[in-house]
Amino acid sequence: MSTEKPRPTFQMDGHDVPFDEGQSILAAALAAGRYVPYLCYHPEFQPHGSCKVCTVKINGRTHASCTTPAHEGDVVESNVDELNDMRKGLVQFLFTEGNHFCPSCEASGNCTLQAVGYDLGMTSAHYSPLFPDRPLDASHPEVLLDFNRCILCELCVRASALVDKKSVFSLAGRGIQKHLVVNAESGKLADTELSVDDKAMSVCPVGVILRKRRGFQVPIGERKYDEHPIREVAVQKQKGE
Amino acid sequence: MTSPLDTAENPEKLRRVVIEPVSRVEGHGKVTILLDDQRKVHQVRLHIVEFRGFERFIQGRPYWEVPVMVQRLCGICPVSHHLAASKALDAIVGARKPTATAECVRRLMHYGQILQSHALHFYHLASPDLLFGFDSDPLKRNVVGVLAAYPDLARRGILLRKYGQEVIRITAGKRIHGTGSIPGGVNKSVTAAERDELLRPLADILAWARDGVRLVAELHRANRHLYDEFGTVRSSLLSIVGRDGKLDLYDGVLRARDADGKIIFDGVEPADYGAELRENVRSWSYMKFPFILSRGPADGWYKVGPLARIQNCDAIGTPLAEEARQELLASSPGALIHAPLAFHWARMIELLHAAEVIERLLADPALLGDDLVASGPRGRVAVGIIEAPRGTLIHHYEVDEHDLVTMCNLIVSTTHNNQAMNEAIREVARKYLDGHEPSEGLLNHIEVAIRAFDPCLSCATHALGKMPLAVEIVDASGALVERLVRDGERL
Ligand code: SF4
Ligand code: FES
Ligand code: NI
Repeated sequence: MSTEKPRPTFQMDGHDVPFDEGQSILAAALAAGRYVPYLCYHPEFQPHGSCKVCTVKINGRTHASCTTPAHEGDVVESNVDELNDMRKGLVQFLFTEGNHFCPSCEASGNCTLQAVGYDLGMTSAHYSPLFPDRPLDASHPEVLLDFNRCILCELCVRASALVDKKSVFSLAGRGIQKHLVVNAESGKLADTELSVDDKAMSVCPVGVILRKRRGFQVPIGERKYDEHPIREVAVQKQKGE
Repeated sequence: MTSPLDTAENPEKLRRVVIEPVSRVEGHGKVTILLDDQRKVHQVRLHIVEFRGFERFIQGRPYWEVPVMVQRLCGICPVSHHLAASKALDAIVGARKPTATAECVRRLMHYGQILQSHALHFYHLASPDLLFGFDSDPLKRNVVGVLAAYPDLARRGILLRKYGQEVIRITAGKRIHGTGSIPGGVNKSVTAAERDELLRPLADILAWARDGVRLVAELHRANRHLYDEFGTVRSSLLSIVGRDGKLDLYDGVLRARDADGKIIFDGVEPADYGAELRENVRSWSYMKFPFILSRGPADGWYKVGPLARIQNCDAIGTPLAEEARQELLASSPGALIHAPLAFHWARMIELLHAAEVIERLLADPALLGDDLVASGPRGRVAVGIIEAPRGTLIHHYEVDEHDLVTMCNLIVSTTHNNQAMNEAIREVARKYLDGHEPSEGLLNHIEVAIRAFDPCLSCATHALGKMPLAVEIVDASGALVERLVRDGERL
């Protein structure tokens, strides 16, 4: 028999969610099997709360759930129309801001932005292909960067700096000018230390950082979010499965 | 030779009849006719707005994205573009010879597309004209009318098309815009269960395909003169043929014959198409006019599509279709057939051939294999040619050492047939419109000729969707004299 004292809990959408001291609302909810949509969060990295898709209401006030620690007795609303509509608006805005053309994107089916969009009931078919104005970086022999799809989540920045210790990526510019850059004098990926086994290669939630020449080798229909809905994938990822 | 109706001498004195858009031809096209006061026809032109933005768009994109991206070119024949691009890009990844499984799956996908497209165009789009007459009541002259008068026939048309779509779904992964074919091969093969699912209805499909050929042959015999003469213009023919000279809609070498059937060139590898063909620009049309270089722009135009293919090959390698082909050839002993309406006959022979090929492919154990992708020494230039349902489709790319596309040139079947269609409608206008007040029935004659070629305006224009037909008669100053509007698409 365990004698440890029961973990504290908060309430989310009428359910008790246990948490560990200092754990964020989002991490605790996911660990308890309760999905909250998010984009810039990753269980292995410090959250930095930029996309706001994970926004919930805590005791009546809105907060980014990935950066807000849980407290005993918090009353959290997440799966309500008001919040889902707001999330949908944010995702739609991201779609229009970049050049996201799902039908010919090789990340289709593996893309978190697309999966969150579908989950929120966004019918993405209506986006016309915007002619890309952001040239690709194809200089690296094994890796292609398609900046058209970047949602500025900084996961690659964090992964490259903290795990790979290479700082290949950063964000530059402000506001609408903000964009991803490669840290090399030439600005080209070929002139960085990036290698295909880097953590930075596997964290991009969309289709920016791509292994070359793999494209459509896995059929659409047999991909991550084709096999399991994002609600399940996100929960499993939090549990480290 | 280009018809004198290509360009009128004093166009400002003439009144103008505009058929816009051409109904039951998907996409956007427009016909303008200039008439004088005696209603004599002076100029006839088919205008198709060809959109070339895509060729620029694809530049700078990674090559492996191309076979998926190009499907957006056309809502009608995406599979043809998907395969033509994959075939071209095989050269980039050095897949000189795709694996047996890849070849089998891609061929199956292609013949599924041929079957569904030919069924659509014959049963839905063309049969109303052929069964009821070109100037029959336009309210009945549609697929609903066919359903009412010939319910079995219409139902078969629908089921044939469905079957083709199933073949595509299983091989490409999705019914439309699949991703099955990739540079170097395919990303999945077919399971035994899927194969069995396709085998089940096959006996019916073959029987209906045979009936289809019989039906068009009878229509021809019943009205010999009309079918032989209507819009007939002599020209050269172009298609690919298999390396053995037999009909092959998926792969082969280019062959062209002149109007008498003499070979102009043969055995031309796809990569060398540019040495034999050129594209010409005319001031009044956005769409280019390709021609056989050795014949020059005035005489070098040609027909592509079923009628060209059936007569260009030495034989068809499947027995039922070959028998049907012999019957077609026997209808014009010793001379090539140039009649647009014979396209329908040839189309139905190809539909039967597609059903026979599908039967063979389904029996091939390679279909279920798991060796999916081939590779080899890297290439830079990629040319893929396929016989799409409507004719020869050329995809040409160059890819740099960083894997990005640096050049793209596409010649779609509608572009190949541009001049031939223009000449055919001039012939029809001269024969049927000259001296008559243009009525709906007479103007439909023009459309019948265009539909025989079965152009894919969607391919050429990216204009998806269907529009109602409006016929405008405008006087020499451009003022509207009369406007005939026919209700929406008759599909
Ligand atoms: S490249 Fe991907 S991981 Fe990096 S910031 Fe952009 S979206 Fe995020
Ligand atoms: S996931 Fe919380 S702000 Fe992006
Ligand atoms: Ni097309």
